[in-house]
Amino acid sequence: MEGYQFSLTGATMVALPSGALWWAAQNLLCVSDLHLGKSERMARRGGAMLPPYETTDTILRLEADLRATGATTVVCLGDSFDDLEAERGLPENEKLWLTRLQAGRSWIWVEGNHDPGPVEIAGSHLAELPLPPVVFRHEAKTGVSGEISGHYHPKARLNLRGSSYVRPAFLIDIDRVIMPAYGTYTGGLHAHTAPLCDLMRPDAIAVITGSKALAIPMPRDK
Amino acid sequence: MEISSKFDHWLTSRNWTLHPHQRELLSYAARPAQLLIAPTGAGKTLSGFLPTLLELEDGTHTGLHTLYVSPLKALAADIKRNLQTPIDEMDLPIRVEDRTGDTSNTQKKRQRAEPPHILLTTPESLALLISYPDAPKIFSGLKRIVIDEIHALAESKRGDQLMLALSRLQSLCPDLRRVGLSATVDDPDAIAKTMAAHPDPCPILFADPGPAPDIQMLIGETPPPWAGAGAAYSVPMVLEQIEKHKTTLIFHNTRAQAEIFFHALWLENEARLPIAIHHGSLDREQRQKVETAMTQGALRAVVCTGSLDLGIDWGDVDLVIQIGAPKNIKRLVQRIGRANHQYNAPSKAMIVPANRFEIIECQAALDAVLAGELDGETLPVGQLDVLCQHILLLSCAGPIDPIALFNEVRRAGAYSGLSRAEFDDCLDFCATGGYALRRYEQWHRLKDMGDGTYTLRDPRTASRIRMNAGTIQDTDTLKVRMQRRRGGAPLGEVEEAFAATLTPGDTFLIGGQVVRFEGLRELVVEVSKRANKEPKIAVFGGTKFATSTQLSERILHKFETGDFRGLPDYTTDWLELQKTMSVLPQRQTLLIETFPRHDRHHLCVFGFAGRNAQQTLGLLLTKRMEEEGLAPLGFVSTDYATLIWGLDPVRDPATLLDHQKLEGGFENWLAGNAVMKRSFRAVATIAGLIERNLPGQRKSGRQATFSSDILYDTLLKYDPDHLLMRIAQIEAMRGLVDFGRIRNMLDRVEGKIVHKALPHLSPFSAPLFLEAGRIPVKGQAIERLVANEAAQLMAEAGLKIDA
Repeated sequence: MEGYQFSLTGATMVALPSGALWWAAQNLLCVSDLHLGKSERMARRGGAMLPPYETTDTILRLEADLRATGATTVVCLGDSFDDLEAERGLPENEKLWLTRLQAGRSWIWVEGNHDPGPVEIAGSHLAELPLPPVVFRHEAKTGVSGEISGHYHPKARLNLRGSSYVRPAFLIDIDRVIMPAYGTYTGGLHAHTAPLCDLMRPDAIAVITGSKALAIPMPRDK
Repeated sequence: MEISSKFDHWLTSRNWTLHPHQRELLSYAARPAQLLIAPTGAGKTLSGFLPTLLELEDGTHTGLHTLYVSPLKALAADIKRNLQTPIDEMDLPIRVEDRTGDTSNTQKKRQRAEPPHILLTTPESLALLISYPDAPKIFSGLKRIVIDEIHALAESKRGDQLMLALSRLQSLCPDLRRVGLSATVDDPDAIAKTMAAHPDPCPILFADPGPAPDIQMLIGETPPPWAGAGAAYSVPMVLEQIEKHKTTLIFHNTRAQAEIFFHALWLENEARLPIAIHHGSLDREQRQKVETAMTQGALRAVVCTGSLDLGIDWGDVDLVIQIGAPKNIKRLVQRIGRANHQYNAPSKAMIVPANRFEIIECQAALDAVLAGELDGETLPVGQLDVLCQHILLLSCAGPIDPIALFNEVRRAGAYSGLSRAEFDDCLDFCATGGYALRRYEQWHRLKDMGDGTYTLRDPRTASRIRMNAGTIQDTDTLKVRMQRRRGGAPLGEVEEAFAATLTPGDTFLIGGQVVRFEGLRELVVEVSKRANKEPKIAVFGGTKFATSTQLSERILHKFETGDFRGLPDYTTDWLELQKTMSVLPQRQTLLIETFPRHDRHHLCVFGFAGRNAQQTLGLLLTKRMEEEGLAPLGFVSTDYATLIWGLDPVRDPATLLDHQKLEGGFENWLAGNAVMKRSFRAVATIAGLIERNLPGQRKSGRQATFSSDILYDTLLKYDPDHLLMRIAQIEAMRGLVDFGRIRNMLDRVEGKIVHKALPHLSPFSAPLFLEAGRIPVKGQAIERLVANEAAQLMAEAGLKIDA
């Protein structure tokens, strides 16, 4: 697979330009923070009426990644739905589409803070997924090794002679990976801000997503 | 209406007499709409308030009588002071209050319960007032509206918002009378049509324009440089003029230029003359300090930008200096009017050309001022994003009846041509989002009540809608503060995008001092004074104005007729040399020069279409050259020409300029362009699709908010004909892209292209090689650039790439 290849506690993985993580040995594709149903939730709460196309767009991209990798296991690393009501409120055609993608694959919904309970759509529902030598969970814990998490929506910036280029990014060090958000309607937290700087080791790298996956030293304030 | 004896006595006691236009305007007080055009210093404001003061003199009116709207908060405060003097001295039973973004909440609440007789406000505060359910009560009894500096409002979305609000007020108070006060403008009829309740007539009263200004170009022994816009070379001349005059205003076209010039002035200000700086990016306290010092006569000069264009009374200014070509004749005239605030005495002004070409432009502008000719853009019709915001604000006040509202909106001049379909699109957007895909039916923002009216589904939405009101676009800015002086006054603000490019140790100019960037702390840019390096330019705000069509025409006319009067010898020599080596550009033809230089081939198009359009032309032509395999490498644009360089010579420029091919590529190009995204962001914010960044909201959960570019990309992919996409495109075409002027230029020359294939560069193309702002042609280049940068960073950090 075209992407940035690295090793986490002995497991070889590839950070894909799309923001998904590919683990060839397990035939496993991991995506984080899909936030499906975000526009519906905003509208329901009396917020802005956003264009209702983000679920379609997110699933389309996921479908492309599944086709390209031929993954047989899919891990959705939490905050897959913008809230549990958004999951129940997904239109029939989108539910069916997800069901079609699930056919012949083992599908794991890891809990996130936005979707902390069981979901109605098929697939296993877990608080976290240990798959030695790594563990998949939504939010990073300190002092652990071999952890793959999401939650923070990290993004990183490259300065190009006066203009800057900001993209969602993987943060990677020898202990952990923090994945970028995969959902279409997601913002990001700069890699150089406090929670991320504190979690990652000083020699961590950021892998910028986009048309190519590019590694840079993780941006920090100091 | 006649002046009362009490008033007459007061005027006599002050030794004042009314100007003829003030007396005349009083006699028209009963008209439903009236426009007064008068130069600065002609007592416009008193003219506007005379009928009000007289009508309120007997103390019988209860509640609000007159609403005064001005574009500046500061102006409202200024007027309040000026009105209080006659009210106190004549002991009139009149209460005057202002209501702006700076008014306290308690004060605002009280105003709604007990409105004053005269309320001074801004379009934004008025839009909020009509969004309250008790609006009919607040405005009951309202008789007059005075719109000050209406010329400044009429051309913008703020004007649209104001006129829509006035339509609502007219429905609440049918016998409301409107008076507009305007500086000299090119098209008074257009303003009159905008301000009246359609189809009421709006007669125009012209005050005596006063004597012609005393205006000249300031050029000395040293010629200006060949390129650039800063005019640093003129600092000694300008200092000399400041010494000779009491108070000088020095206008610049951009904030960054004002900062740089101010810095340069102080480096040479050996006499320590008190000189200050004033522009919109400076902190409010700092600005107020300068304003106070100015009114006290404590300053000899103020370096400023458009923030001082509008009429606060500044006392004893006896000289105005414009640095750089004014780009626009109307703005020049209005700035000149800031000198000698006495009606009947000529204003004194000087223009400093920033480079060789600007000498010609300045001379053309001088000719225009003396000929009394002005320029202006045609007023756009009412903007639909503003209408969306208006509908939402009204829905906060109570149920909306679409038929009644449609009719009310069409009574605003700018919206008199609004079609029912356009109105319905806006209403649908407000109610459901207006998407081709119908989704979440049960969560619509406005609910159809079944009797034809619409109402807010969730009343709590009202406060969000109000918080999002207004049409002024603040780009995201960050405060700048001295390090270790938290709680100390901030120095000012810089754009977030500019702050993002800073690395610790970088230096930039703000408030006239060079500061060193130390770091970003909780969204505050922390700086120190440890700066001895040359400043990196401060790129905050500051639009680059394009030379107006009329001014460009005047320049071309000079070339055609060979009228070189007023120009210094070194300029006429330069023009003669161009004539010999190539040819001078003309109005009916388009001059294109091609020539080799070093190992590159160059092409120079003298379109005289203004900076923005020339920039767009550069993008479109290089795109066409890529299609033709001519390997363009980059281009640079000024107000009059675009220079393109590449690997191959262009043998037949005419094919590149093919009308159809240019237009064909245009729409696709525009859709992916940053300018479109910027327009979309502005439109979506005004229309209420995205919420402004509110204070306090920014710190928490940054990852929960996402950029408007994502919404734009999504709509482009799934719903490209959405209302907001259509509005954004119209705006981008008119604004920074300025495609209209390219089209006009191509129409004007009708394919008559004069191609000069030269052995080397020409006198006219030479300065373009010195211009800043060269734009590389990207294509695949950006990806290579990003990859190289990434690889270099990894190598520097000693990290291995194992992909």
